[in-house]
Amino acid sequence: MRMMIILPFIGIIERETTMNVQKKISLKDRYRILTRGLDWETSYQPMGKVFPDVGFEGIKIRNWDDFNDPFRLTMDAYWRFQAEKERKLYAVLDSFSQNNGQTAITDGRYVNTLKLFLTGISPDEYMAHRGFAHVGRQIPNAGLRISAQMQALDELRHAQTQIHTIGQYNKHFSGLHSFRRMHDRVWYLSVPKSFFDDAVTAGPFEYMVAIGFSFEYVLTNLLFVPFMSGAAYNGDMATVTFGFSAQSDEARHMTLGLEAIKFILEQHEDNVPIVQHWIDKWFWRGYRVLTLVAMMMDFMLPRRIMSWKDAWDIYFNDAGGALFGDLARYGITLPKYVDVPAKEVNRLSTEAWSIFYQYTHAAAFHTWLPTDQEMDWLSASYGPDWDRLYRPRFLHWRQMEKEGHRYYNNALPQLCQVCQIPMAFTEPDDPTRVAFRDTVYRGERYHFCSDGCKNIFDHEPEKYVQAWLPVHQIFQGNCGGASLDQVLDWYGIEKGVDNMDYAGSPDERTWKEWEAMRGRVAG
Amino acid sequence: MTIDIKTQVIQPKRQTFKHVADRLGGDRAASRYEEATFDLQPDVNFHYRPLWAPQFEQFDRRRTAIVMRDWYDLKDPRQYYYATYNIARARQQEAADSAMEMVERRRLLDVIPADWLETVRFCLLPLRHYEWGANLNNAAITAFGWGAALTAASCFAMGDRLGMAQLLGRIGLLLGGNTETALIAAKTRWVEDPAWQGLRRMVEDSFVTEDIFELFVAQNMAMDAMVLGLVHDHFGAECDRRGATAIPLLLGFAAEWREDNARWVDHVVRVAAAEGPENRALISRWAADWSARAADALAPVATHVLGTAGGARAMEDLGGRFAERMVRLGLA
Amino acid sequence: MSNVSITLHNNDEARGLIAAIQKDNPNSVSHVYPGMVKIDCPDRIVIFRESVELEIGRSWTVNEIHLSLISLAGNVDEDDDYFAIHWNH
Repeated sequence: MRMMIILPFIGIIERETTMNVQKKISLKDRYRILTRGLDWETSYQPMGKVFPDVGFEGIKIRNWDDFNDPFRLTMDAYWRFQAEKERKLYAVLDSFSQNNGQTAITDGRYVNTLKLFLTGISPDEYMAHRGFAHVGRQIPNAGLRISAQMQALDELRHAQTQIHTIGQYNKHFSGLHSFRRMHDRVWYLSVPKSFFDDAVTAGPFEYMVAIGFSFEYVLTNLLFVPFMSGAAYNGDMATVTFGFSAQSDEARHMTLGLEAIKFILEQHEDNVPIVQHWIDKWFWRGYRVLTLVAMMMDFMLPRRIMSWKDAWDIYFNDAGGALFGDLARYGITLPKYVDVPAKEVNRLSTEAWSIFYQYTHAAAFHTWLPTDQEMDWLSASYGPDWDRLYRPRFLHWRQMEKEGHRYYNNALPQLCQVCQIPMAFTEPDDPTRVAFRDTVYRGERYHFCSDGCKNIFDHEPEKYVQAWLPVHQIFQGNCGGASLDQVLDWYGIEKGVDNMDYAGSPDERTWKEWEAMRGRVAG
Repeated sequence: MTIDIKTQVIQPKRQTFKHVADRLGGDRAASRYEEATFDLQPDVNFHYRPLWAPQFEQFDRRRTAIVMRDWYDLKDPRQYYYATYNIARARQQEAADSAMEMVERRRLLDVIPADWLETVRFCLLPLRHYEWGANLNNAAITAFGWGAALTAASCFAMGDRLGMAQLLGRIGLLLGGNTETALIAAKTRWVEDPAWQGLRRMVEDSFVTEDIFELFVAQNMAMDAMVLGLVHDHFGAECDRRGATAIPLLLGFAAEWREDNARWVDHVVRVAAAEGPENRALISRWAADWSARAADALAPVATHVLGTAGGARAMEDLGGRFAERMVRLGLA
Repeated sequence: MSNVSITLHNNDEARGLIAAIQKDNPNSVSHVYPGMVKIDCPDRIVIFRESVELEIGRSWTVNEIHLSLISLAGNVDEDDDYFAIHWNH
């Protein structure tokens, strides 16, 4: 007659349950219960009002639960692993600073790559943090939201650890002291800034495709491996350490990007053309930003790791080929204009470095002409065309320097309305002709460096007409004044210290003093 | 014996970044927190309006009616940057893991009377959805707030609230005999049980609150004061009285975290309110409104757990302490 | 056929993990770079918890891979007992 003692009976059953030898819950189940179980369908406020930003992009989701979490990290594990990584990293940074590790690099010129990184890339890590916070707020699925939130945390980590690492160089070298101010103002830094502003102002799905997939999966190796290997080859152990440490997060991010795009594609066939356009757009946008990396690899590293061309072959052609093979079954093809980088590959870095050489007075890092040995390396990497087309240019500039007439370009360049790089790239099929494209929109003519950038503009002219173009802004009087000195002040560039050639710079003096010191100690 | 170490003194040219030095009032050694936080958020020359909110800039001070001369006055008194934050939480989590292991190994849940165990399930486990709501709200503050001082700390709070939701989830697994039964029942309660609907309604209302600082006050100050106060102070004490000491033990991390978090929240509120009478009036109204709503919403849960008289006493106590806290923070 | 790959720190902590991968994936090719090891393998790489534990002489959870991971290429599948990377085509 057990029914007569219902209450105690329930109690006994419960005690028995907790006293049973407990079966272990699998990783998958544990994650599902602790994470996926958290969400509920809101009813006091409609879901559409709670998650207002997931509708307008036209992406159709049949079932959010289909999202497959790539890494099943719960917060306890996240804290444990990340704390462990940070303990190791900061131990290295402390020792680097105690031992004046900055004196062990190959050459003082190397620091200019760090200037490019801290002013150009680290602020974008911060933007990635805010962008993923937005996705982590907006996506109505616990798994995707948490992965995005963890990435928001990670990206903050990257910004902060980069500041702490390169902060040691800031104590001794110029051009790093105002990286935040510069990022928002300096002409060439509007290239990476507008890239991330573009992504963050897009909807959450586009952001996932832009940053999670196109940037993290397709292009990130082209950004980080050259910088980190470059650091390793040039004796910068602090940067190597933060780089490797950050990469372990990137592996998680890449996987999230891939799972997110597969999820979107599997949900509805109408999503495919939308995603394809985003892939086209963000491939091209990312590739244009990587111009700065190409230049860094081929011209700025005192000890070279590999050419831009080799990096493109290994990290885009090989790895990207397998990836797009995987996505072919959804009807996704290689990005539009994917053939152009191959056509530009022999000259991209040279065209970029030439811009900075001419505008060295307006840059926050130092420039120099390649030595004979360096030119031999470039011609070995890029073939006889390089010798024919570009060696004469550098030799001519060298001659002008010798004669005391170092060449400066004092005219403000026209910028591409989309990527914002000065219009100096040449036609894909003719390296002797500068490429110009344009579109008339609402009675105004807009200029582009390439079909890729024009294509992006033509899809969303109302977005790209808003671009804050540094040269236009100078002409409009929004950059501190009309003279170069006033603009540099407004940029936060210290004249005669941060800008101009490496030869004769305070950085060079510092480096020579250290070399002399080393000589005395050794002697 | 003396050791002769050949050293070369290398004099740095500067101690820190210029924007940090400007805030410190001169070039001197800055803390890692300061270098990792000050002016980190871009504040000018945004390129494009957000497609999802064209009425605003990408980051926009007009996301709240609160006005600050300098949003970097809202510093985190704990001075968390990513490394120190994670290292602190990893240490606390380790202690929580030991506590959980001890409860399991020594079967401390088995000595809890069955009816009280059921009350524990009723009161504690639906709160993981409350924590999940707090996670969402702190993600919103991180996405839409102004200035890295506030938004970096809210990003850590976002992670914290997921951690707290998952801590409650793990307690739910223990209380369900390592199955998800208890958690499934708790979710049904959260969604359907009349006693929980006041709180769920309030949480859902907070999701659509547009003023980002109001959301901060509503979630991190007002609702948390009531909900976490009821759990850790009143429910926890009742557990002790009923021989369920394992429960406060399992909640140790959450209790410690609550104090850590409140230090940040109090500082932000105090500084923002001290900025001027308009701020003070707004924050005071938000704090009073949301805490009063939270008290009403929570009353049925308090009654269920502590009885009619006990529940009323608890809510009165929480209300009184909240009023004291408002005075302490300079709110009207 | 395309390669999948996993890149790990080349340090003492990852040594057992690397050895386990090499044993369990006989078709894999390892490339050693400063500070890191990149392991390529046609179509699929699998890491078994048991193999790693045998190498390092202590219990190991699959999640711990995050402490040694630098990069990977392929789709990820993980469970209590294994971590796998594969292509779907």
